[in-house]
Amino acid sequence: MRAFAETLDSLSTTPSRNGKLALLTAYLRAAPDPDRGWALAALTDGLPLRIGFRRILSELMAARTDPVLFKLSRDFVGDTAETVALLWPAPADPAPPPPRLGEVVDELLNAKPAEHAAIIATVLDRCTVRERWAFLKLIGGAPRVGVSARLAKTAVAEIGGQDVSAIEEVWHALKPPYTELFAWMEGHAERPDPGNVPVFRPLMLAHPVEDADWPSLAPQDVAAEWKWDGIRVQVAASAGDVRVYSRTGDDISPAFPEIRSAFAGVDVVADGELLVVRDGAVAPFNDLQQRLNRKSVTSKMLRESPAHLRLYDLLFVSGEDIRALPFGQRRAHLEAWHAQVRPPLTDLSALVPFATFAELEDLWRGAREAGIEGLMLKRRASPYLAGRPKGHWFKWKRAALTLDCVLMYAQRGSGKRSSLYSDLTFGVWRTSAGSNERELVPVGKAYSGFTDVELRDLDRFIRANTTETFGPVRAVAPKLVLEVAFDAVQPSTRHKSGVAMRFPRIHRIRWDKPADEADSLDAIMALIDRPAA
Amino acid sequence: MRPVETWLYPASLGLYCEPGNFYIDPPRPVVRALITHGHSDHARSGHTHVLATSETIDIMKVRYGANCAGDFQAADLGHAQSINGVTVRFVPAGHILGSAQIVLEHNGRRAVVSGDYKRAADPTCRPFEVVTCDVFVTEATFALPVFRHERADSEARRLIQSIARNPDRTHLLGVYGLGKCQRMIALLRAEGYDVPIWLHGALVGLTALYQNLGIDLGDCRPASAAADAELRGALVMCPPSALMDRWSRRMGEDPVRVFASGWMRVRGRARQRGVELPLIVSDHADWPELLDTIVETGAEDVWVTHGRDDALVHQLSLMGRRARALALVGYEDDAE
Repeated sequence: MRAFAETLDSLSTTPSRNGKLALLTAYLRAAPDPDRGWALAALTDGLPLRIGFRRILSELMAARTDPVLFKLSRDFVGDTAETVALLWPAPADPAPPPPRLGEVVDELLNAKPAEHAAIIATVLDRCTVRERWAFLKLIGGAPRVGVSARLAKTAVAEIGGQDVSAIEEVWHALKPPYTELFAWMEGHAERPDPGNVPVFRPLMLAHPVEDADWPSLAPQDVAAEWKWDGIRVQVAASAGDVRVYSRTGDDISPAFPEIRSAFAGVDVVADGELLVVRDGAVAPFNDLQQRLNRKSVTSKMLRESPAHLRLYDLLFVSGEDIRALPFGQRRAHLEAWHAQVRPPLTDLSALVPFATFAELEDLWRGAREAGIEGLMLKRRASPYLAGRPKGHWFKWKRAALTLDCVLMYAQRGSGKRSSLYSDLTFGVWRTSAGSNERELVPVGKAYSGFTDVELRDLDRFIRANTTETFGPVRAVAPKLVLEVAFDAVQPSTRHKSGVAMRFPRIHRIRWDKPADEADSLDAIMALIDRPAA
Repeated sequence: MRPVETWLYPASLGLYCEPGNFYIDPPRPVVRALITHGHSDHARSGHTHVLATSETIDIMKVRYGANCAGDFQAADLGHAQSINGVTVRFVPAGHILGSAQIVLEHNGRRAVVSGDYKRAADPTCRPFEVVTCDVFVTEATFALPVFRHERADSEARRLIQSIARNPDRTHLLGVYGLGKCQRMIALLRAEGYDVPIWLHGALVGLTALYQNLGIDLGDCRPASAAADAELRGALVMCPPSALMDRWSRRMGEDPVRVFASGWMRVRGRARQRGVELPLIVSDHADWPELLDTIVETGAEDVWVTHGRDDALVHQLSLMGRRARALALVGYEDDAE
């Protein structure tokens, strides 16, 4: 418990990714099985415990603290588990040191629900304050120490000198405490066999196409597809089960039951774009976003925002791994399989025919008009490679849109940027109905697009022109025009301005331009995409 | 016997002793001020007559200049004197160098105005002395049961271990400039950290004063005099406000930001400030120290000045004591 508590404690305040990774790797290397496996579970998919956590904590505290003091404390601390860790009274008699992680988890797994509270109380009695906090974070669900599941898996991969994709390929066939995974990483055992469980296979990702890439490409060697504005998913289906994975390997199946049903009884691993399609038209990205990150969906959501899968590749078909085949042959498999099986709610991402790149460029130029994000270029000879291999797949996004916006708020960045105001919120002018008054309304926030030198200049400007401070945020006098580039703009009910930008970044800082001459909300509204077919 | 509240009470200029005709730690200039310690929310400039310990007077002169009061009178610790029939005695408070409780006796009643205090060991000042009394006037900065400070020596060791583990990164330690700064240096020295410690300009003057008053703090140097290479892997101390500010950019790409304060007990506070290594070291009493001290004084009445008075007043009422919040203006609840 001690080593775990120290690690979790440091993780919660270590800002940099590399710092967190080093802490985690050191812990996972040194800690014994099964302790480290339970710790890994807590940081990824959660411990397989069914505990009435909130109820138990409030019962335990009711017996040990005054309710007024508990409430004052809870309000100040802002986190119930941490409050309990801080308030827990030391037992009158000296207690033995805390049990090992593995012992506690075993005990909780084998206990009846009525026994959980007593077990937890005994452990808390034996812990120091930092250990109490770590223990409650361990059993209470998401520890929220700024470690993603992927970072935790990366730390495991570091032990074996492997890439995280190697872990992801077997992850969904494994169960905590992941003993066989650590044995594999340490070279004592073979790679765990994922068997028939539909596991995640790391995706093949594309690079933006650059000027230097074109000479290496010949039209006859390259297939083109439209670039769809949904989320990239992998559907892994086997006789027993169907899973939908995000591009980082998170299991998002529960949010998309209709896709699971569509693939029931099918034996395939397919790559595609998840979209919301209503009456044959692709709905704005926002509609899809509403359906993400849900443990379950309502029938109303299923009805109003129906999911659709636009397929573009096959990795496995009928149990056969075809990733080593060239794209052209995989595409033939995809078309033949789809023609035969025809799972509902799916279609194929059509190949865009072209003879010359000049012809393709014309199509690319028309993309915005057609409400499409751009084109994907794929070498016909490329196998399906995990990660982002260079020189195989390219994304050719339509040219960015730009607008002149006014800097309104700034917030300190994190990590290396923590002394600099690098997170910029900007707005455009809106004329209120029935008057000539103009006011700025925020339309987006950007963190990137400037050089280090520009960042220093911006920081100086922000400090010199602050009108108000709210915690880490400064309101800035509306003086500086930022030329903002973005991929698209969509209607949004969540923003005061009624619009949301996609991928905004600072294109240029217009030190020269008066804020009065920045763009208006009408100019943004005119850029909203029409729905794509 | 006159009840204490008839002769000691909050007036518009601060806590006022009527028969003695003086104020204690008044936030605004007065004719006669008794000062418990040198922190700026307690010791202000512009009073006509100041009575304080000699160390507190020295601190005031460093901070505000030699002429920051009309005249100064040094109070000897433990030595009683009479001011207009009120017996006044200064007793160590254990908060910072020179800090004192002020014991007042009048008409057979005794009140202790503790100022800020702590019970934990501090190599830079004399320990708190318990004085039994009828009325105890207490601070309440950390008066929530979540506040139980760590041992300061073990927190100092955590910092030394972190410096050893990160030989390429500068450790930037944010501290309150008077008291905490010098206590942290002394703690680090006691744990064997004997290389130079670099100080932000705002910390130099008071640290020199501590050294002049005979407190051994080892080799402390102004950070402005360091070559950038000397700061790699070194310990640099600064006021909390500089921890995240432009000044900190000199400390390399990725300094370890450390903050020593009782507030670091709460993780959200550390994260809010971007602190990577929070050290829970405070010069104020934590919750158990507050309650123990109040019990030891035997006071039937407890007056709570600044801080979390709601929780403390509630707890004291559970303990069967009369407690009330004084609601004095002008003290910083968050200072540390």
